[in-house]
Parts: sequence; structure tokens; C-alpha cells
Amino acid sequence: MLRHIRPAVSLLALLTLVTGLAYPLAVTGVASLVFPAQAGGGLILRDGKTIGSALIGQNFVDPRYFHGRPSATTAPDPADAAKSIDAPYNAAGSGGANLGPTSAKLIQRIKADADALKAVGAATPLPADALTTSASGLDPHISPANARMQAAAVARARGLPAEKVAALVAAQTEGPILGLIGESRVNVLALNLALDALK
Amino acid sequence: MTLVGWGQIALTLALVLVCALPLGRFMARVFGDERTFLSPVLGPVERGVYRLSGVDGREQGWLAYTLSMLVFSLVSFALLYANLRLQAFLPLNPQGLDGMAPDLAFNTAASFVSNTNWQAYSGETTLGHFAQMAGLAVQNFLSAAVGIALAVAVTRAFARSGVATLGNFWVDLTRATLYVLLPLAVVTALAYVALGVPQTLLGAVEATTLEGAKQTIALGPVASQEAIKQLGTNGGGFFNANSAHPFENPNALSNMLSIWAMLVVSVAMPIMFGRMVSRERQGYAIAAAMFALLIAGTAVVYWAETSGNPLTTALGLDPAAGNMEGKELRFGQAMTALYVAVTTGLSCGAVNAMHDALTPLGGLVPMVLMQLGEVLPGGVGSGLYGMIVFALLTVFVAGLMVGRTPEYLGKKIEAREMKLAMLAVLILPLVILGFSATAAMLPAALASLNNAGPHGLSEILYAYTSGAGNNGSAFAGLNANTPWWNTTIGLAMLLGRFAYVVPVMAIAGSLAAKPRAAATAGTFPTDTPLFVGLLVGIILILGGLQFFPALALGPVVEHVLMLAGMTF
Repeated sequence: MLRHIRPAVSLLALLTLVTGLAYPLAVTGVASLVFPAQAGGGLILRDGKTIGSALIGQNFVDPRYFHGRPSATTAPDPADAAKSIDAPYNAAGSGGANLGPTSAKLIQRIKADADALKAVGAATPLPADALTTSASGLDPHISPANARMQAAAVARARGLPAEKVAALVAAQTEGPILGLIGESRVNVLALNLALDALK
Repeated sequence: MTLVGWGQIALTLALVLVCALPLGRFMARVFGDERTFLSPVLGPVERGVYRLSGVDGREQGWLAYTLSMLVFSLVSFALLYANLRLQAFLPLNPQGLDGMAPDLAFNTAASFVSNTNWQAYSGETTLGHFAQMAGLAVQNFLSAAVGIALAVAVTRAFARSGVATLGNFWVDLTRATLYVLLPLAVVTALAYVALGVPQTLLGAVEATTLEGAKQTIALGPVASQEAIKQLGTNGGGFFNANSAHPFENPNALSNMLSIWAMLVVSVAMPIMFGRMVSRERQGYAIAAAMFALLIAGTAVVYWAETSGNPLTTALGLDPAAGNMEGKELRFGQAMTALYVAVTTGLSCGAVNAMHDALTPLGGLVPMVLMQLGEVLPGGVGSGLYGMIVFALLTVFVAGLMVGRTPEYLGKKIEAREMKLAMLAVLILPLVILGFSATAAMLPAALASLNNAGPHGLSEILYAYTSGAGNNGSAFAGLNANTPWWNTTIGLAMLLGRFAYVVPVMAIAGSLAAKPRAAATAGTFPTDTPLFVGLLVGIILILGGLQFFPALALGPVVEHVLMLAGMTF
């Protein structure tokens, strides 16, 4: 037993140097030289200020913007650190709602949101992604159907012709890679940035 | 289900096979003391490591080999525990995070040393970069390397004839790390960065959103950790949302890379096995059984998730997209289903969707795949030796049917081996069902549930299944960071790893000493479709049947009640 301790301790120390320090630092070095934008988190700057990451969704509530999917992320309650409060798109604390398919809480939430959409004239069936929370709470995308559903209201809030906004949605829709891998989707932040750029 | 969906699944699995064949042969050379193309670079490093550690490379018997492994794991556990507890005093902690509580640090250290990566903590709010890199990522490499070493030792038991030794643990461990995992990790990490995964030593970035709100975006050395997390079938994410987080898995291509990376080493293991016992078809037979069950599991998840949730369809949701709750849009249902099946067939435990939100039958599959013993294709190394235990049981049952002494690869399987094999396969049901039954009666444990009704039982069952199977994925609604859950799941993980492998190594020791008999006309061939079918049957019956009553009360009942329109 004792004669196994020396190789155990020294191998662990040496392999920690290799795998725990040399490896991540070497990858960091190469990555920051060869892929600086990706390595830094795909940050988007506008007028010199960081407005977010191309990969991370944002919480949009203004009717002049397209809205992302519902997000279940939370943050510690400032009044009582032991509790948490809803904080959609909290990019410092990712996570999902984790409600099972027969959860009454889930069904009530979806019913309330669906009723609200139907009340403003959304056609059924409603796009599923508009009413379901994502796994990370940071999903940057919505489905093209979801974007089309929101387009008329956004155009109205901005005083833009509906066709112009619809055309923008079509232009911002990305298809599967090689027509095979992945889904058709719209990046909400990119779409809203393009909206702001319209004059 | 769509043709395009199945096309993506087929393409991914084909890429795994194309790479696993040369990788398996390469590993056979590495562990067979042969020179490889990496020897000129890594040879001096390897020899330096041995010199500094006092490793002489002498062959060890099964007991010395196993003891070396246990001591190494114990030292790893102690050091990781200290790292987590003392992180406030250690460098590279840009957010100034505190040390972990004792129960959480025990759970986390047990989790990473046993290659489970169950995470009762939330990465971005609990751990600094030093703890992630020098603590957790190191164990991502080393616990995987330990698994590979053990599988190599078990393989040698069949390759050798009439000897008392199985190789040297320290040499196998070092080679698995330096020659197999490290080169793969460097290449995969850079591929991840190219696809958009961050790799920086900065802590977090403050952004001002389009609407003027503040958004704190957690960052870090994600790509380097992501690569080994997948390759070593560890599964412990940098972020709480794991591979569903857009930084860990930004697009459909990175998703495909993630699935490839978690499969490739485990699929290469049976190829290596076939090479080392000089009968490649034997390796293919084992791989075929793994793939048959894995694809069946994928098909059920894909079907269940695209069938959707009738309760939400009734509220006006478009059922065409399937069940989208707890899923990311960019991956699609097909590649999410493949991820779910692979990560649980594998003992990886990374998730790209929240398993808690899967439909009842979609959530049943990952549980079953884990309960079958994590052999489809299982964790790196642990999948192969788990599969060999099932192969021994299969030849034994086949031998009983025709009344002959069972043999596997020319080694006679006798009472001693069968007793040890049964001991090994009993660990999993004992730990999973024992702890689940206890937790289901304890108010302190039940307070952690996020869902009521049968789904609550599924949360309990999933937690212990994942722990004992060394998987690490979760029905994450369960608040597992309490003293009860941290302690019991910690024990389940240690038992699932170490109590399982000791009898397996004893079998290896006993088989290595036996002569390798030549095949005769009466030998049951173990490289035919008949054997593969029998092996699949044994896995399903022995591995699955004992969990059927528990599953019937959880996901199966929930499915029936969901169809009846009930909520909880």
C-alpha cells in the first residue's frame, strides 16, 4: 500500500501540470492568436460599447423589438440571498425550468402565455418555441414561424411597413448547414440590430 | 421523425466509426509497447515522468494493479477535495468565489474522481478558473485514463496465457493520458474554438443590452474543458446548463462534434480489444451489440419527443416541432435525441437538453440506458470491461443451454469467474434501488423534488441511477445540493465505480493465469450475429428487468396519465 503512494502523488502532480496548466494555457494561447473573436465569446460592439454576445440571447420586452423564447433563469434575491427571483436571460446563471411534461405549473404557464398571444390575434397553432423555455435559458434563436408571428406587431410599434419587416425576417433566417445539419432559425439579437439599422 | 433527421444521426455515427477504427488500432500499439508516430515527441516526456515518479514499469499482478489504482484515486480525491474547499485562497479566481461546503466538496470530489461528473453545484457561480482547470479538468483526464488503464488490463487477461501479471498501472495511466486523451483534446479544443466556443482567462463581461439593461456574461477557458469533458465521457459542464449553454455548444456543428467526441474513444475500445487479443472480429461483435441498443434507444427518444406533449397541443401549440420545452432551437429534435441516448448509453452525462423536461417515454430511455450497466458503449474503458462481464455471462448462459463448459476467447469460465461477475452486476441495482427506496420515504429528501406525482419518483430514480452508473446527467429539477443528496449520491458514485471494478479485476487476474485453449468444433463462436443477439438479450434481461417495477411506477405511469390529460 505505502509503496504505491510515491508514484501516486508524483504522477498526479506531474500530470496536473500537463493537463491542468500546460494544456488549457496552450489552447488559450493558440486560440487567442488564431481565433481571437471566437475565443473572446463572440462579443458584439456598437459605438465602442459591448452590447452582448452573438451567441447569447437577451431579454427583450420592448414592443419595438422581436422577443426571444421564454427563459427560466433566476438570480439571487437582493433582499434575501437564500431565495432566488426570476431573471430572464441571466448569462451569469444558466439553466432550464426543469418542469416535467405533466407539471401543473408548466401547463398553467403555457396556458397563460398562449391565451395572451391569442388575445392579440395570433393564429393557432402557435409556434412551440414561443411558449416553451429553452434548456439554457439563453437560447439566442427563435423559429422563423415565431418571427413571422411577431413581425406585424413590431412593424406597427415602429411605424414601418409590414412588408419591410417581413423581408428583414426572411433575410435574417438561417437555414440548416448544407441543407442537412441543424434547423432553420433566426438570431433575435442580430434581427433586432438589423431593425435598429433600418432607417 | 424525418429523413433529414435520420440522415444527421447516420452521418454522425458514420464519422465516429471512421475515426474509431484507426484510433482503436493506434491504442493497441500504444498499450502493446510498440512505437507510434507520437513516440518521438511524447517518448521523452513519458520517460521523464517515470523517472521523477520512481516508476520502474515492472509488470503487476491483478491485486497490485488494483491497489495502485485505488491509491491513485484516493490521493486524487484528497487533493481535489482540498482544492474545492480552499479555493478562496488559491489563484485564478477572478470572481473571488468562496470555498465549497464540506458535503458539496465531498460530492464533487467523488463525482470527478469516479468519472461521473454529477454536478450538485452551478459552475459559473461556484467555481473559479483554478478549481475548474487544475482540479476538475485534471480529473476529467485522469479518471478517464484510469478507466482506459483498467480496460487494458482486462484485455491483457484474454491476450495472455498462463501468466500472473496484467501490466503496470502507472505506465498504462500515463500512456492513456499522454498518447490518447491529450492529443485528441488539443485538436478537439481548437475545433471547438473555431466553431465559437470561448477560451479566455477573463471572468465575465458586462454588456449593455439593446434595451439598456445590464447583462453579465460569464466567460472562461470553456473550450479546453469542453473537449476533455466529452472525450473522457466525463460530462461535467463549465456552465450550469452544460452542453445546452450556447458557449459550450454554439451551433449544430459543435453539437455534432460533441457527440462524436464523447463516442469516439469508447467505440475505439472494443476495436483495441479485438486487436490486442489478435481477433478483430471479436471486437466488432462487441461494438455491434453496443450500437444495436444505442440506435434503438435513439429511435425511441426521437419518436417520443417528436410526438410531443398532448397537454400542450391542447392549448394551441403547434405539435409539428415536437416537445420543445427544455430544448434549444439550434440542434433540432433528431440530434437532441441522439445526444440524449449517447450521453446516457455512454456514462458521459453531458446534456444538450434538460432531461427533466423530456416526455415520459423520452425520459425513460436515458434511465434504462444507464441501468443496463453503462455499456452502450459505456464510459471510456469502463464500457469495455462492463461489456466483457456481460459477454462472460452470455457464454455461461449459452454453455448451460448446451451443457458444455463455457469459454470466452479460449479461456474457460468457471465458478469463480461467474461468482465474481454476478457480484459486479449486483452492485448497480443494489445501490440504485436501495437508495431510491430510502429517499422516497424521507421527508428531508422529498423536499428537494421540483415535480410532483410520478415525475417526482423519476427524479429520485434518475439521480441514483446517474450516480451509481457514473453518468452524471440529471433530472436537474431535483435540488441535489443538500447534505442528504450530496452524501448519498457521493456514496453511490464511489460504489458504482470502485465496488464494481474490484471483482472485475479479480476475474481478469484469474483468467490471465489460465491457458488459452484452441477453438474446437464444440466451441461456441463469439464473433457471430447469434452471439451478438444473445449478448443483447442478456444485457436487457439481466441489466434491465430488475428495474422494470421502479420504471413502471415512474415514467410508464406518467405516460399513461399524460395521455389521460392529468397534471400534478
